[in-house]
Amino acid sequence: MSWLTWRVPFQRRLVSSDRSRFLLNSPFPEKMIRFILLQNRQGKTRLAKYYVPLEESEKHKVEYEVHRLVVNRDAKFTNFVEFRTHKVIYRRYAGLFFSVCVDITDNELAYLESIHLFVEILDHFFSNVCELDLVFNFHKVYLILDEFILAGELQETSKRAIIERMSELEKLE
Amino acid sequence: MASSNSLMYSLFQRSLEDLIKGIRLQLHGDSSFISKSLDEIRREIKLTDLSTKSIALQKLSYLAALHGVDMSWAAFHAVEVVSSSRFGDKRIGYHAIAQSFNDQTPVLLLITNQLRKDLNSSNEYEVSLALECLSRVGTDDLARDLTSEVFTLLGSSKAFVRKKAIGVVLRVFDKYPDAVKVCFKRLVENLESSDQHILSAVVGVFCELTTKDPRSYLPLAPEFYKILVDSRNTWVLIKVLKVFAKLASIEPRLAKKVADPICEHMRRNVGKSLLFECIRTVVSGLSDQETALKLAVAKIRDFLVDDDPNLKYLGLHALSIVAPKHLWAVLENKEAVVKALSDEDPNVKLEALHLLMAMVNEDNVSEISRILMNYALKSGPLFCNEVIGSVLLACSRNSYEIVVDFDWYLSLLGEMARIPHCQRGQEIGHQLIDIGMRVKDARPELVRISRALLIDPALLGNQSLHPILSAAAWASGEYVEFSKTSYDIAEALLQPRTSLLPPSIRAIYIHSTFKVLVFSLKAYFSAQESTSSPLVEESTSSVSSPENAFTYKSISSLVNMIELGLCSLSGTLDVEVQERAKNVLGFTGMIKHKIAEEVTAQGSEIEASRAVAFMEDVFSEELCPVSATAQEKFPLPDGLELKENLEDLQEICGEFLKPVVESNSNLFSSSEKISFSVARLRISDQQEASSSSSHPPESASLLAEHRKRHGMYYLSSQKSDDHNDSNGNNNTLNEYPPANEISADSFNPKKKMNQSKPRPVVVKLDEGDDFKMKPDASSNDEPLSRAIQTALMGKGKEKEREKDNHERSLDPGIKEQSSRKEKKTKKKNGEKSSKHRSRRRSDKDAIAAKPVEIVDFLL
Repeated sequence: MSWLTWRVPFQRRLVSSDRSRFLLNSPFPEKMIRFILLQNRQGKTRLAKYYVPLEESEKHKVEYEVHRLVVNRDAKFTNFVEFRTHKVIYRRYAGLFFSVCVDITDNELAYLESIHLFVEILDHFFSNVCELDLVFNFHKVYLILDEFILAGELQETSKRAIIERMSELEKLE
Repeated sequence: MASSNSLMYSLFQRSLEDLIKGIRLQLHGDSSFISKSLDEIRREIKLTDLSTKSIALQKLSYLAALHGVDMSWAAFHAVEVVSSSRFGDKRIGYHAIAQSFNDQTPVLLLITNQLRKDLNSSNEYEVSLALECLSRVGTDDLARDLTSEVFTLLGSSKAFVRKKAIGVVLRVFDKYPDAVKVCFKRLVENLESSDQHILSAVVGVFCELTTKDPRSYLPLAPEFYKILVDSRNTWVLIKVLKVFAKLASIEPRLAKKVADPICEHMRRNVGKSLLFECIRTVVSGLSDQETALKLAVAKIRDFLVDDDPNLKYLGLHALSIVAPKHLWAVLENKEAVVKALSDEDPNVKLEALHLLMAMVNEDNVSEISRILMNYALKSGPLFCNEVIGSVLLACSRNSYEIVVDFDWYLSLLGEMARIPHCQRGQEIGHQLIDIGMRVKDARPELVRISRALLIDPALLGNQSLHPILSAAAWASGEYVEFSKTSYDIAEALLQPRTSLLPPSIRAIYIHSTFKVLVFSLKAYFSAQESTSSPLVEESTSSVSSPENAFTYKSISSLVNMIELGLCSLSGTLDVEVQERAKNVLGFTGMIKHKIAEEVTAQGSEIEASRAVAFMEDVFSEELCPVSATAQEKFPLPDGLELKENLEDLQEICGEFLKPVVESNSNLFSSSEKISFSVARLRISDQQEASSSSSHPPESASLLAEHRKRHGMYYLSSQKSDDHNDSNGNNNTLNEYPPANEISADSFNPKKKMNQSKPRPVVVKLDEGDDFKMKPDASSNDEPLSRAIQTALMGKGKEKEREKDNHERSLDPGIKEQSSRKEKKTKKKNGEKSSKHRSRRRSDKDAIAAKPVEIVDFLL
């Protein structure tokens, strides 16, 4: 029976294959983070970092699709959604969605924990973070993210270490 | 003037904050404001003042990141800003580069020197910026040119820098595999670091590398094992577990070794993410380790009953991994799985569905299908079709292996068709026909179900169910002999509402009507014959059941009904429908006349029944499934040019050929592609019989039409006639394997002998040899894994292969270099040691020492 394959999740079937190729062609397609997105409920992107090369137009599509996927999910649902050939692990904080796109076999819970860690760091750094902080300190948010993730790999899992580094970087500016 | 302008720009430049505020103030769309700001940025970025330039670049980065503005035009300016001595400017520049550069960016080569300078900087923050940039934009050239800098940083005394350098190694290895020779030793040394941050980074790198090519990293198992036992860092442990999951898949002895420490971690009260990773490692790679598996399944149960949907989902997911090998784990948790079907989250439902389908066997298939059909009725379209699709797939797998009672299965198919959200018409229709062909005993029920489907008014309106109707129409015509009421079938096929159907399906309806008509006439005539001359041998006596006994009255009312139903179609616009309707009408016109004559004068009966016998012959040959490989077994006759003449044909009428080519699921013989033949055309044109009748009824007249137009692309009629004969009569030509060859294993003796109702024979073809893909062996030849194998194992084999490859593909310079390296490594032959330092220095030694070392470690 070649006309149907066992276990094709339905979200995946909606996607034409050539579009998902972008995400597959990365040098190490196995475990790394593909992108991290911060979006508000209206779908405005507040932070987007891609660890695989994507065309500008493709990025837009990705952001749009991810927002569509996560925004209407019930709080009682799982925090994982299949996205093209990958999965998005997201978490909602007030009106902000933090989404990480990783490989289908990667550890979901670990990324949930790291999203939470990232939010804690932001919260500590901006003392009680809100969406506006992220809007006006866009470059600092990227700096924090760069300390946190490098080349699609989680670099630092210590909140204290990152916060210390950030205060040193602040001094340099 | 120009200079005062530029002064003005830099004095009154908007900062990033001004820009953001400005955008936020725009009430009615921000596009005009953004394009105005872009103009400003374009002016500012051209100024010589670096701080003005960098602010402009920062604003541009902001607009590019969050408003999707193109910033590729500013690539050169980003390079300028990076060269600034101010850290703030440099940061903005590097950020812009990481954000907007790709492998094709032309100015990329200009940053090599800047990166080198910053990588060598004494300021660790500048080093870190450069490393981050390299990790994002590193090309082949950059990786090659900066390998030595990265190597130096791998040994940096500052943990912070070293950590980042480790992260960058991944990109460098990927782009420039030869860097392995330089950097690998230091990378491995970092595995022994006591610093958790460094360990985390380096384990992350190895996790990536191992996923790609596990075999090369087997020698490092002792180091990973040490980390697995000693480390208490969740993230490090998760990554190490991933490494072991890969390694254990190629070295089974490792599984035994690591099972204990993994169980230790599971028993410890660890975080959920680590616990889940342990579970996943056990169920996917160590499922032969009994204690570990039992412990893991116990933990899975905790997940399943947890209120957290994430844990529930992951529990189900873990079960689905373990299901193929250890079904007991799923059966133990069956209730939780069934309960999860009604979960709110579609992910959970889907996972539960997959698990249930994994549980299906011939004993519980009807029970599980019952449960699932109920869920399908209740749930939304998406999940409903997922359920239907899963049931269809599970039941049809391996020629309906798990289906014992086909009457039940056919009624299930009928039930599915009536589920309101059902969109799986294609598959259901396919299976109806497939079962009709494969399972003789199921045909009476198939005809009954088909008629019920045909007269169901709900199905006609749903477009995605039309394939079911098409299949039902075909089956009721093809197997009309099993029906007790052929009149009712004809009535169902001719109901006025069929006008809702697309022409291609109506054509099938009409053709099926024709089959019903011919069958009825035959039954009528043979009954007449047997009464008038009882000595005449009856060929179809077995099929004329008493219910189908036709009187003159009933047969003429059938003919009249058909005429009435079809006469309106003879003027329809669609050629296919029109032609078929006309054919049938022509036949009825002729036969009606004969029947009428017959009543008055018995003498002409021979003539009438002969015409009907012709048609009966056409349809009486049974259609059988044909192996997809049948064509290959048929030797090509001399002088038959397949490719040359028909290549163009493919282009021109690809649409017509495609359905035949694609139906490699044994529906129709692929050999018929060549012989859609003259004989076939005569059938539909002049009602002439032909010995070969095993043709798909559809498309024949389309092909006839096509043949008229593109005659030059067809084979000469003489040839295809010959060919056709050999196809139809297996006896005349011995080389051709019987199309409906039944393989020995279809009468599987192990199948339930004590069943109250024996499972009917399912015709199964030699599917073993079709569609098997050979695993691609080329992946091993990746330059990176080659380099690493050389660096780590130094096996002669690998080296030879490397040399071969070099000789084949690389230029002489590099060849020389690599052979020199070989010589160097061969010279050294130090003492055995488990330390990597010596291992790397003396490759030759490692060849001998390495395999032994793994064994020691394992025992």
